[in-house]
Amino acid sequence: MKEFYKIVELKGHIIESLILPKIFDEILDRGGDYVSEEIRIGKTKKDMSYARIRVTAPEENLLNNILDRLHELGATSKEDEEVILKTARKNGVFPDGFYSTTNLDTYIYYRKRWIKVEDISMDCCIRVDTGRMKAQSLKICDVKRGDKFVIGTRGVRVLLPKLPYKKGVFEFMSSGVSSEKPKGVMIKRIAEEIIELKKGKASKILFVCGPAIIHTGSREYLVSLIERGYVSTLFAGNALAVHDIEVSLYGTSLGVSLEEGVAAPGGHNHHLRAINTIRSAGGIRNAVKKGILRSGVMYSCIKSGCAFLLAGSIRDDGPLPEVITDTLAAQRLMKKKLKGVDLVIMISTMLHSIAVGNLLPARARTICVDINPAVVTKLADRGTHQATGLIMDVKTFLRELCDNLP
Amino acid sequence: MTELLLCPPTYYTVDYEINPWMHIHNKPDRELAESQWTAFYRLLTELKVTVHRIDPKPGLPDMVFTANGGLVFGNKFIVSNFRHAERAKEAPVFASWFKNRGYEVVHLPRDRYFEGEGDALMFGDTLVAGFKFRSDIHSHRYIGEVIGRRVISLELASPNFYHLDTCFCPLNDETAIYYPEAFDSYGREVLKHIIPNLIEVGRKDAMNFCCNAVVSGKNVIMNNCSAELRRRMETLGLNVFQLSFSEFIKAGGSSKCLSLYLKSPHNEP
Repeated sequence: MKEFYKIVELKGHIIESLILPKIFDEILDRGGDYVSEEIRIGKTKKDMSYARIRVTAPEENLLNNILDRLHELGATSKEDEEVILKTARKNGVFPDGFYSTTNLDTYIYYRKRWIKVEDISMDCCIRVDTGRMKAQSLKICDVKRGDKFVIGTRGVRVLLPKLPYKKGVFEFMSSGVSSEKPKGVMIKRIAEEIIELKKGKASKILFVCGPAIIHTGSREYLVSLIERGYVSTLFAGNALAVHDIEVSLYGTSLGVSLEEGVAAPGGHNHHLRAINTIRSAGGIRNAVKKGILRSGVMYSCIKSGCAFLLAGSIRDDGPLPEVITDTLAAQRLMKKKLKGVDLVIMISTMLHSIAVGNLLPARARTICVDINPAVVTKLADRGTHQATGLIMDVKTFLRELCDNLP
Repeated sequence: MTELLLCPPTYYTVDYEINPWMHIHNKPDRELAESQWTAFYRLLTELKVTVHRIDPKPGLPDMVFTANGGLVFGNKFIVSNFRHAERAKEAPVFASWFKNRGYEVVHLPRDRYFEGEGDALMFGDTLVAGFKFRSDIHSHRYIGEVIGRRVISLELASPNFYHLDTCFCPLNDETAIYYPEAFDSYGREVLKHIIPNLIEVGRKDAMNFCCNAVVSGKNVIMNNCSAELRRRMETLGLNVFQLSFSEFIKAGGSSKCLSLYLKSPHNEP
C-alpha cells in the first residue's frame, strides 16, 4: 500500500483544550493514521505543550483533506524540502553527487509538488523533466548531456512496502532460504496467487526461464501454462529457445534423447542444426508460420500470443534471429516490458534472474525457483529482497504448479 | 473597579451581512438603538462603572461593538485582525485610541485572525478563547505568549454563535454561563473540567443573547432573559439587570459586544 505523509507541529495549551486528542480523532475518523514523533507537555499552567505528529494517508487527496482540518485546529505543516537538480555535462555520465535509486517506490518534491518517479528500478539516477514535471529512473548508459538529475537525498522520499493484509504465499514463505520447507503447500499458495491475479483483467505474470526446463524434460508443463494463459510474458536466453526447438525437431536436448535419457547418435550437433534451420527459415516466427516448428515452448508462445523476449549472452551459439544481442538494447526492452508486472516467477536461471531483479520495482512479487540455494541468496544480495525462494527441482515445481491450476 | 470602553451608535446600522443575524433589509431603528445604548450607558454609570468613550467613525457601523476591537491585558492592547474586510478598518482606529492613552499596542501576524474580546474572555487566570468563524486558533498561541497565561482554545460549532462571547460568559471565579450546543463535545468537556460551576443556558435564552452579558462585580447586565435563568443567577448572589438590546441583536450583538473591558479583576498581569 502506498502511503503519503506529512509532519505537522502543534504548540499551545493543546492538552487542556483537548485539541491534541481531537486532532488524533480527526485523523483516524477521516481514514488517516498518525505517529506521535514527539510530545512535550508544559509543566506549569501557563507553559505551552508541543507535539510533532507524522500524519499518513493512503491517498494524497485524503492527506490534504486531513491536513486542511488539522490546520484549522492549529497544526502547522513542516515545509518539505525541494530536491536539488544538476545538469549532466556528458552523455552516459551522471552529474557528481547523483542520487542512486533503490527498487522501492520513490517520490521527489519539486516546485511544491510530490512527483512519483516512473519506472523505478535500482542503481539508476532520477532524471527530472522540469517542463512536464515528470521524474523517471534512468540507467547510466541512457544519460544525455543537458538532462537534469536529482543530487543527494534532499527532497527524495522512498516508501517502504507494506505487507499485504491477506495471508498469502509471501507471508508464508517470508523466512530465509531453505531447502527444508513444505514445497507442496508453497506451490499451492503460488497457484492461489496466480488464480487471484487472473481475476484482475490487466494482471501481468512474467516467467523468467533457463534452459534446464528443457534439459530436464519439463517443457510440457511450461507449454501447458502458456497455452492456458498463465504466462503473460516469457524472458529467456538463446539457450532455452535453441534447446526447445532442438527437442521439437530432433527429440533431443543438448544431444540427449528426452525419451531414452541417453546421448543420441550424432546428437551433439542437433542444437547447431536446429539453429541453422531457424536461421534459414528467417526466425522462429517464420519457422512456425512455415510449419517447420510445430511444438514446444516457443511455438506455444507464438500460437498463444504470449510475449517473449530472448536476450543474448557471450557464449551463445547462433544466435537465433529473435535474440537481442545488444545487451543495452535488451535491458531497455526488458524494462519496458516489466511495466505493470504483478508477479515474476524465475526458474532455473541465475544470470537472467539477477538481470531481471535489477530492473524490477520492489513492489513486484517475485518467486525464484532453483535447485541451487545460492541463486536465491545472490538475488537477494543484489538487492531483490522481495524475492521468495523455492529450493527444488524445476520439473517437480512446474508439474505441481500445473496440477494446482484449473 | 471595572472600566469599560463604549462607542456611541452614531453610525450604527446594518449595511452588510457577515453573520446569520444581519439582514440588510432588517435595519435597526436608529432612534431606538440610540435610546437602548443610552440606557445601557446610564445604567453602567449608575453602577459605578467607569465608562470611556471612543469616537465613532462614519462608514464603520460595527465600531459600536467595541469588544471586537481587541483585548486589553494590563498595559497591553492586542489589536484585532478582523476576518471580514468590512470590519478591518476598525482596527487602526482602536489601535490609535489605545496608543494615545499610553497602551502598548500589540499587533498579531497579518495572517492570524483574532477578534478581540469577542473571542477571548478571562476566567480566573485562564483566557478562554473561541475559534473557527472569526478568530483562528493560530492567533491563540501568540496571545498566550503576549499575556503569559494559559489559553484554552474552544472550537465554536454553530454559526449563530460566531463569537465566544455570544455563547459563554464568566460570572465570577467559580461560575460561568454557556450554551452547550454552541460547542462540540470536546469544548463542552473542557468547560466542565475548568469551570467548577457551569450553568447551562437554554436555546431561547441563548438566542436572546443572554450569554452576551457584561459583568461588573456582582452586577450582570444582559438582554431580557427567562425567569429561570434570572433566578439561578440571583441564587448565586448576583444582581441581574435586564435591558432591551433588540436593535443591536439585529447585527448579532448585545451588552457584552457593546463594551470592552479596560479594567476588570482578571485582565491584570
